[in-house]
This record gives sequence, C-alpha cells and structure tokens, in this order.
Amino acid sequence: MMHTDTAPPGTAPVFHHEEEHHPETSTLLGFWIYLMSDCLIFAVLFATYGVLGRNYAAGPSPKDLFDLPLVALNTSMLLFSSITYGFAMLAMDKGRTAATQMWLAVTGLFGAAFLGIELYEFAHLIHEGAGPGRSAFLSAFFTLVGTHGLHVTFGLIWLIVLMVQVAQRGLIPENTRRLMCLSMFWHFLDVIWIGVFTFVYLMGVLQ
Amino acid sequence: MFSNVDLQKLVFGRFTLADIPYHEPILLVTFAGVALGGIAVLGTITYYRFWGALWRDWVTSVDHKKIGIMYVILAFVMLLRGFADALLMRAQQSVAFGSQEGFLPPHHYDQIFTAHGVIMIFFVAMPFVTGLMNYVVPLQIGARDVSFPFLNNFSFWMTTAGAIIIMISLFVGEFSRATWLGYPPLSGADMSPGVGVDYWIWGLQIAGIGTLLSGINLVATIVKMRAPGMTMMKLPVFVWTSLCTNVLIVAAFPILTAVLALLSLDRYVGTHFFTNDLGGSPMMYFNLIWIWGHPEVYILILPAFGIFSEVTSTFCGKRLFGYASMVYATVVITILSYLVWLHHFFTMGSGANVNSFFGITTMIISIPTGAKIFNWLFTMYRGRIRFEVPMLWTVGFMVTFVIGGMTGVLLAVPPADFVLHNSLFLIAHFHNVIIGGVLFGMMAGVTYWFPKAFGFKLDPFWGKMSFWFWLVGFYVAFMPLYVLGLMGVTRRMQHFDDPSLQIWFVIAAGGAALIGCGILSTIIQFVVSIRNREALRDTTGDPWGGRTLEWATSSPPPDYNFAFTPVVHDLDAWYDMKNRGYARPLQGFKPIHMPKNTGTGAIIGGLSVAFGFAMIWYIWWLAALSGLAIFVVSVAHTFNYNRDFYIPADTVARTESQRTAALAGQA
Amino acid sequence: MSAEAAHHGQGHGHDHGHEGGASHGSFGSYVTGFVLSVILTAIPFWLVMARPLESALWTGIIIMAFAAVQIVVHMIYFLHMNTKSEGGWTVLALIFTVTLVVITLTGSLWVMHHMNANMMPMSVEQLRHQP
Repeated sequence: MMHTDTAPPGTAPVFHHEEEHHPETSTLLGFWIYLMSDCLIFAVLFATYGVLGRNYAAGPSPKDLFDLPLVALNTSMLLFSSITYGFAMLAMDKGRTAATQMWLAVTGLFGAAFLGIELYEFAHLIHEGAGPGRSAFLSAFFTLVGTHGLHVTFGLIWLIVLMVQVAQRGLIPENTRRLMCLSMFWHFLDVIWIGVFTFVYLMGVLQ
Repeated sequence: MFSNVDLQKLVFGRFTLADIPYHEPILLVTFAGVALGGIAVLGTITYYRFWGALWRDWVTSVDHKKIGIMYVILAFVMLLRGFADALLMRAQQSVAFGSQEGFLPPHHYDQIFTAHGVIMIFFVAMPFVTGLMNYVVPLQIGARDVSFPFLNNFSFWMTTAGAIIIMISLFVGEFSRATWLGYPPLSGADMSPGVGVDYWIWGLQIAGIGTLLSGINLVATIVKMRAPGMTMMKLPVFVWTSLCTNVLIVAAFPILTAVLALLSLDRYVGTHFFTNDLGGSPMMYFNLIWIWGHPEVYILILPAFGIFSEVTSTFCGKRLFGYASMVYATVVITILSYLVWLHHFFTMGSGANVNSFFGITTMIISIPTGAKIFNWLFTMYRGRIRFEVPMLWTVGFMVTFVIGGMTGVLLAVPPADFVLHNSLFLIAHFHNVIIGGVLFGMMAGVTYWFPKAFGFKLDPFWGKMSFWFWLVGFYVAFMPLYVLGLMGVTRRMQHFDDPSLQIWFVIAAGGAALIGCGILSTIIQFVVSIRNREALRDTTGDPWGGRTLEWATSSPPPDYNFAFTPVVHDLDAWYDMKNRGYARPLQGFKPIHMPKNTGTGAIIGGLSVAFGFAMIWYIWWLAALSGLAIFVVSVAHTFNYNRDFYIPADTVARTESQRTAALAGQA
Repeated sequence: MSAEAAHHGQGHGHDHGHEGGASHGSFGSYVTGFVLSVILTAIPFWLVMARPLESALWTGIIIMAFAAVQIVVHMIYFLHMNTKSEGGWTVLALIFTVTLVVITLTGSLWVMHHMNANMMPMSVEQLRHQP
C-alpha cells in the first residue's frame, strides 16, 4: 500500500537528483509559524485579562477610566497604517523603490502616532492613580495593551532598519522578503488590536 | 552626596560579598572541583592549541550535525549536575529521621530539589531531545541542513546561556526554593525576596527563546526541506514525532514565556497578577503554567517514541507494524495534550464537572499511547530480533513505561488524585515515565546514532552494564516511593519524624547509587569506545542494517550530508534503495550551496548571560548596557548579506572518492 | 522546473514564480479590505458610545461578532490567507493556533470561574470592592 513508485514499470528507479535541488525558501512559512506562537502569548494575556479583568480591588473600573473617542482615534491610526503598508507592498511589487520608501515612511508616521496616543493614555491613567499596581484589572490591562504597544515599537524599529537597507541596496530579493515578513507582522498586530479594542475597551465600557 | 552604600548599590546592585556561599562546605568543595576541572579543560585546549579550531569548527558552526552534538554534550554535562542533586536528596532523606537533622538544612534542601527538577527537565531532557532531532531529522529527510542554519546556532547558544545562568546560581547567591514550577505566592516578591526565583526566571526565559526558535526552525525544515518524493505518509516515524514535538514547542513555549513574564512583573514592577491581595489570583498561575506544562510532557516523550520506533524496526529487521496508526496516534496525542492540563491540580477546587472532564480526557490520551505499545510489540512479533544495546533500552522502556502509564491512569481518577496529590506516589509516577520513557529513549538514540555521528560504534559491554544498572536502579529507587506514596508520605520533605519510614528511603538511596553506577558505566563506555575506536570503526555508514536515509551517507556524514539529493519512493527509503540495487553516484558532482558560519549566535548568547545576571542582581547599568549591545549586534547582523558560499565540485568529488576507497577497503 | 515540480510531494508549494510564493493582493483588494474594516470598526464603536440597543448582553454579542468578522477580513485582504499559499500549511497552522487560543481562553475562564464559585462564593459587587 505504501509502495508507490513514480518511475514507470520496467525502468530502473531514480534514487537521486543529478541537478542541484533547490527547496523553496522557508522564511515566510517560518515567520508565519513565529506569528502563530506570538498569538499564543496574546492568548495568555487575553485569558489573564478575562479572568482578572473584573477584580478592581475597590479601585477604578473601565467605565471610570476608558476614553472611547481616544481609542477610536488610535484604532484609526492603526487602520491607516495597515492600508499604507499595503500600498508600500504594491509599490514594491512594481519595483518602485522611491514609492515603497515613501509609503513605508507614512506607515511609520501612523505607527508613531498610535504609540504616542497610547503613551499619552498610559501617562494619563498613571497620573490619575490608576497605574498597573493599583489592581489586578489594571495589571492585566497595562500588560495586554502594553505588550501590543511593545510589538508596535519593535515593528517601527524594524521598519526604520529596513528603510535604511532598502536605501542601501534597493529592492533585492533579501529585502523584499524582509518587507513581506514585516508586512505580515504589521497586519498581525492589527488583528490583535481588533481583539484589544473589542474585548478590553468596548466590552469594558459596556459592563 | 553619594554614601558608600549608594555607590555600591549603583555598581553592584544587590550583590554583596556575603552572597558568595564560602561558608557552605558542600558548595566550597563543589566549587573547587568545578574550578579544577575547568582549569584542566582550558589548559588542555590551550596546550593542544585547540582554541582556533573550537571557535571556527564548533562555536560558530551552523552545521546541524555539530549543533546537535553540542546539544547532547550539554545534556550529558547537566545530567551530572542534576544527578548530583538527586544523590544529595536521596542521601538526606535516608538519614534525616527523628532527632537526626541530616546534613542539608531546609533552605539548602529546597534549593536542591528545585534545581534538580529545573535542570533535569529544561537542561537535560530538552537539550537531549533537541540535539537528537537536530542531528537526525535533516539526514532522515535527505536535506542539506535545517531551514534557518544561523537561527539553529543562535538557539543552541541561548539554551546554553540559560544553563550557565542556572549554574552561576550555585556559587553566586542562591537558587530558587519555590519548586521547579515556581508556584506563587511562594515565588512572589513577599515570600521569596531573594535572587533565587530571579535566577530561575531568567535562566528559563533565555533558554526558552532558544527552544522556541529551534522549534520553529525544525517545523519549517520538516515542512519545506523534505527530499523529492517524501510525502507526509513516507516520513520516517522519528520525523513525524519530531514534527509533532516541534509543533507543541511552538504552541506551548510562548505560554511559559508569557506566564514567567507576568510573574516577573509581579516581582519587579509590583503588579497584582498572582498576589494574594488587590485582586490577584495565584491559582491563575497554576492554570496557565500547566497549559504549557502538560504539552511539555509530550514534547519530551514523543521524540523518544520516535526513537523506539526506528530502533524496533531496525533491530527486528521488519517494517514498523501499523505505520499509519502510529502517525495518527502521534497527532491525536499532540492535540489531546492541550485538553488535560487541569489534572495537575484537581485539588484546586474547580468542582466535580470540571474535574471529571479533565479526568476523562486524561484517560482518553492513554489510548493512542497504548496503541503505540501494541505496534512495537507486533513489530517484534516474528521479527528477527537482535538484542543490541539500543534494542535493550527499548524493551526496558516498554515494560517500565507501561507500569508508569498505569499509575498515571490511576492518578487521572480525581478521587484517587485527592488522596495521592503531592505524595511520593506522584514522584514515583513521573520518574517512572520520564526515566523509563524519555531517558531510556535518549540512551537508545545516542547508542543507535553514535556510529553515524562519529564513525565508530559504542562499546557494547559497557552499554549493557549501563542499561542493567539503570533498569535495576530505577526499580530499586522508585518502587519504594510508590509504597511510601500510598501510605500518604508527601514530597519535598527535608526531614521525617516517623522512623518506620526510614527503611524505604534507605532502599531508594541504594537504587540511586545503582543509577549512579549506570551513569558511570556510560562515561566508561565513552572512554573505552574512543580508545578502541579502530576496532569499533564502521566504514559502511550503515552499521545496524538501517532502513532510513541517514544510513545512506557516510559516517560521519560530510558537511553537505548528501552529494546528490536523494529521491524517495518508499517509506523505508534506504531499505528500498538497498533492495532495488541502488548504485552510489561516483561522478558528475556539482558545487554545493552552503550557509556560512557566524559568531553572532555565541556573542548574543554571551551578552544574554550578562543581561540575565544584571537583571537578577538589579545591576541596572549592566542590564541597560548588555541589552543595548544585544540590540546592536542583532541589527548589525541583519546588515550582513554575505551569508552563503559554494563547496566546489572538486572538493565534493575528493570527499566522495575517499568514501569510495573506504567502502572498497572494507569490502 | 516542471520535472522537478513533478517530484515534489504534497506539501511543497508549486508556485516558484514569486519569492516564497505568497500572493500580494491588488490595489482593489487592499481598498476593499480597508473600507470593510472601517465599517466593521465604526459600528461597534457607535453601538457602545451611542447605545442604540438597551441590552448590554446583545450589544456585547454583536460587537464580538463584528470583531470576529473583522479578523477574518484582515486575514483575507491584508494577510492574504488562502488555502493554497505555502501548500496549505499556513492555513493549517492558523486553524491549529485558533483551536489552541480558544482552548486557552475558554478553558481558563471556565476553570477559574468554577474555582471562584466553589472556593470563594462572592457576588460581583463584593469582588469589585474586595481589597
């Protein structure tokens, strides 16, 4: 049953390739697997928020703290950065280096704006005495949202490094592969953010 | 403005000279031993001018074979440390009764059992498993290397960095006393303010990065790099179990990373995840860490199952019985391993419906495992069995593992677990499956693939000595613990009041001594085999009459593994090739594309040790500096685009004609 | 090329044309994805900020459903998931991961809820104010 033979009967089976065999690059699959593992880190943080998120310890609750218009603004920053990264990839496909760099820079600016708003929100909360040490709810909130922010920070640094590398060497295969990995990373963070604004902010204010 | 104390805090963090345990004679003697041994090793390397070769050929190597060998060496070294801890515990428990306090005070004893568990799981079993997978998987699938050779080197050095941090804790400061899984609130800042838990956290976090990356690497390798014709249902069973293991690593280790990060935040920043106050929940930690912890059990045992499958079919001269059922059983175990975690804390109080769900899933998982045992038995049935050393380990495993599995099913019954929880019965159970399963599997694997890696077999006499000492030693050491556990004796005790228990602990200590003889036999086996290597030499590359592709190439394999990529037609590819008149190609060699060696992995590993050490001791300037250095080295590495080279065709031709000559001389 | 591809087993992607063989989408698909996700983001925000629905339970269920749909939209239009890329391995990995995420989330909530109910029966009000 297992004994299948690709060679037709009568001919001697081929047991090796005379030509150099080039397996396709594994980078994109490998990076996708990494993203899946990152997904589980966020799963733990979401689970922790889900279990501990109502333990206010006589402190403030989401209703007292969250500023939904600000969150909406933040969400729009991330959404805009997603579409501009998409435009960068389209420019890259056409081999237009300058356009790619321009869209990458725009993406970076939106990302930086997102981070700025998030840092403003954190600073505001801590200033109000609602820091991560106040209650289990706030510990879980700061860790979940902060971990996402940390990922965006790494994405930004990576973006800058890639822009330098594209400037140095152009859109060579190594660089386009890296840009595609960062594209997956960036859009993945967007997906995580959907979970954050729904599960943490909207559901929090709803309760 | 700065007093002396402030300056010292700034420079050394919370480290003071009092943290060097020079007043503990046991540690002092150990340190002297380690220092003398280290000086001897360094002296030898210098004397033979081996430093350059060590750096070029090993430390910076991206060759999966060398990295695999280094993993296994790391595992053996750490096994000695972990076993020394075991001997200390057994010795202490066999004397500390009534008015006798023994030689280990509680704070020291607690560090020892924590270190024993951490080292045996993370730095013995894991490197063993990763090392064997690294060495064997690319050869079995007919690949030149893994998908990401640099990442492989980096993973190894991160694992080693974690091991170094754990070893530093022996002589600088102290190790965690909060058990191998560091349960809060005991491991929290209030109950364990010292550096012990921090050593544990940073050792595991740094090694965990290595484990995760090597998992990603091997999954991508198995998916992408298989030889033409090797469909999923033609993968050797070891590759299948490796694939499932690495999928589990990728899916489970992030959970450990996240949980440890949350615990670190509790300890360093003052958050309230697992504290008793301000809304924290210590039980959430149990829940999360066992979501990692149970798959971890299968991460360790699945590759061992793969090894036993390869060994059984080779030494019975038969195709493995029920290949497809073996594959399905492995996949089912992989998925089910995520549905049983609560059986580690039935006593938490989740109630009858939760406990029965997890009890039943636990019992279900024993079904595919049982199916595997039958497959091995049916492979042996009417086989031409050769009882060489790897096969001995396999038979020993089958008997021992079945006993361990049955006690596991006993523990899966929640009411029984309420009685046996935290007792020595549990200790006996998991040593029964980990020694009888993982350790026996690794010993079988090392004996089986040693001639592939080094070109000569291991001495069979000392191999048999090692096997019998381990087997008998295991039963003598752990059967008394089953008895004690059924009597209700709890684990992690430094001292007992009831002298009637003593005899069981004395017997167990005798068993530990027998296991010690087994380890000694293995060391003697290595020495004897290296000295007799000419008599034990194998020039065929196929010393056991193997069936899978790794036996198709020379022993040790050339850097490029296969001069031509093999084409696979059948499940047992090499057996098929031998059967149908495969002729080794003698000409027409082409240049071979290979990755270049790099020192980046070792450098980042070294910097990670500095970073971990700084975080443990609150030496913030060093943490910032080494963190920055890690960042700079990593980014600089991405600016290096010159990462590969070609082995010229005439070099390949020369290597292959040497093999032709060796094969002719052998015939 | 084709002879080599014929030797490939299942699981090897056949699209050698692109580096790595991933599809990139087009201007149209990016804009479609963007418009859809703007709508799918705006409605939940409106539902919570303006509260057109009385029931908090139903609002919650609806915004969770919108989130699930939006995640799928992002997966298809931005991450270009399809069953063919990388020979189906990316989708397989995604399904496996989603399964584990669901197990982790629901399992933790279920287990911890029962523990809380059995071991320290407290009302939500008590929990909120417990020190």
